[in-house]
Amino acid sequence: MKTVFLSLAALLLLTAGASAQEVRAGSFPQQSGEEIFKGVCQGCHMPDAKGATGAGAYPALASNPHLQVAGYPVGVVLHGQKAMPWFSDYFSDEQVANVVNYVRTNFGNHYTDKVTPADVKAQR
Amino acid sequence: MAPSGWTQGNIRNGLRMIIRARGAGVWENYMSEQNSESMSRRSLLNMIGTVAGSAVMYHAMTEMGYAGESGYTGPIKLSPPPPGTSVLILGAGIAGMVAAMELRDAGYKVQVLEYNGRAGGRNWSLYGGDTYTELGGFTQKVGFAPGHYLNPGPWRLPYHHYGILSYAKRLNVALEPFTQVNYNAYLHSTESYGGKPQRYRTIQADFQGHVAELLAKSTRQKALDGAVTKEDQEILLAALRNWGALDANYNYAKGLVSSNRRGFDSDPGGGLNSVPIPSQPLALSELLKSRLWASISSGQGYEFQSSIFQPVGGMGMIGKAFGKELGNLIKYNCKVIDIHQDAKGVTATYIDSRTGGAPQKASGDWCVCTIPASILSQIPMNVGAPMKNAIDQLPYEAALKIGLQFKRRFWEEDEQIYGGITFTNQPNAMLGYPNYKYFTKGPGVILASYTFGPNAFIAAAKPPEDRIKDALDYGQKIHPQYKKEYDCGAAVAWHRVPWTLGCAGQWTDERRAKHYNNLCAMDGRIVLAGEHASRIPAWQEGAVTSALDAIGRLHKRVMTA
Repeated sequence: MKTVFLSLAALLLLTAGASAQEVRAGSFPQQSGEEIFKGVCQGCHMPDAKGATGAGAYPALASNPHLQVAGYPVGVVLHGQKAMPWFSDYFSDEQVANVVNYVRTNFGNHYTDKVTPADVKAQR
Repeated sequence: MAPSGWTQGNIRNGLRMIIRARGAGVWENYMSEQNSESMSRRSLLNMIGTVAGSAVMYHAMTEMGYAGESGYTGPIKLSPPPPGTSVLILGAGIAGMVAAMELRDAGYKVQVLEYNGRAGGRNWSLYGGDTYTELGGFTQKVGFAPGHYLNPGPWRLPYHHYGILSYAKRLNVALEPFTQVNYNAYLHSTESYGGKPQRYRTIQADFQGHVAELLAKSTRQKALDGAVTKEDQEILLAALRNWGALDANYNYAKGLVSSNRRGFDSDPGGGLNSVPIPSQPLALSELLKSRLWASISSGQGYEFQSSIFQPVGGMGMIGKAFGKELGNLIKYNCKVIDIHQDAKGVTATYIDSRTGGAPQKASGDWCVCTIPASILSQIPMNVGAPMKNAIDQLPYEAALKIGLQFKRRFWEEDEQIYGGITFTNQPNAMLGYPNYKYFTKGPGVILASYTFGPNAFIAAAKPPEDRIKDALDYGQKIHPQYKKEYDCGAAVAWHRVPWTLGCAGQWTDERRAKHYNNLCAMDGRIVLAGEHASRIPAWQEGAVTSALDAIGRLHKRVMTA
């Protein structure tokens, strides 16, 4: 009974928010690590992965010792951190694994152990 | 029956009559819900709004003392504080400047630190002659003609955003109508009608007409007998004919009645050859599959219902007016690098945002901090874990806005589109036509892209000139004149805006439940304000109501200290 009523209220909210939600929904077509970095990540972390500074800053991914343990960047991509939005809604396990592997082996990073989609799934 | 109190009883009686009159047939369900559970006042209002429409809900709200509850209840009245009491305000956006103006007027000593060299924050317009450098050093020189602009941030003022409207009025900022729905603008999909844009008018009329015809058919075939009384079915049929522009046989068919909604092949005129020629409605199946109907409710959301407004000359006029009003109370080009409170007051350490240099300090007995959470999460500040966690859990959303100036107003001259919005399934999402300088011979600036989510992230990863190139490709599919008439443009991807790192706080229901109260609650001598500390995210009204709430609480603390 209460459920029925709540569902009515929920419907009302959904209707009101539909236009905003629709434009926010979706996914990224980029699949390879390089495509994802160049198509998405470099918006903030910049094409050279050296980050940028204004009133606040985007950290450099280039030569970044925090990337040593692969679980860390996986967690940050999935769940966000401070100014970094979460991407768990947008990226598949494969996409997260691909971009983390790309960044960990480029821009002066040489961490050769690979992240698998299963590793990503475990951190969701 | 659980609910008590005369107001709910009265409302329920009224609601029953409304539902019966409308033949909505949901009264029984509603009552069965009511028999074992009480409902909140807001739930009841939602119910009334759903079944009976907003006008009825307004009356119900008035009855229940709820009307006008936008959070803004008229100018705030603060009693004089102890002489010399000072407040340090961080950020000269709408929230910071509302706080500064009201606290100053109450008798506080206020000082505002602002990162930018101008007042307004996200209340911002880009004009010809402006230079904008985003993170990464990508610099754009804006080439718009005098009087034309792009609002990279907010561009609309709903009529019920009483707070921001009242400040615009107090600061003598001229307002003019903003057109949300233009029946002669387009709904466009690359996947339907061969990619040919359709007028909003025809999609709206045809969808409504077909739906009315189907419902009339069901009614006449007795499919609604259980749900609607015989008497009400008569009324329903009359309503459907009226609402859907149906003919005498309850069909939505080619003729003068339907063309009076969707438009004619040839309009009626004077003299010879003046006979109107009706147009053929679109077939239902293709219309459904086109999905263009998804945009016909765009003007029905509460924030978009007529009449809504924009400042004459660009949204940034409000920020400018605030800045002028506050004068040298605002210190510009200050990058805050540390915020520290102790038992006596709050001190912000800052450097020059352009040149760096030696750190300087500014202090107040109290602090209203409106720095976006995305930035604030990176600034050392000694507040408790609840507020700190709330700040750290609030990244800012991706958003993209592109303004393109065209040499002539072809959308007006060739296509009779005066303001309003065209929606498209392409990544730019929409074209917003300028709601000013109609019928002028000179140029015009179209909002050529306004999007969130993945498309906005992808655009941010490109240099500004590539974003503009994409926008030209999308627009060309709707207006063949686009590339020929293009003059210049500006593109703002909000994740590259140096002083926000995104467009607005990205709340989810879960995060709000966990952190919102902690974000808003005062921590020692510091209180936060801004759209992020409101339940009207991304709207300036959120900034205004948040600031007023924050200084109201701060003042109470001062007076009881």
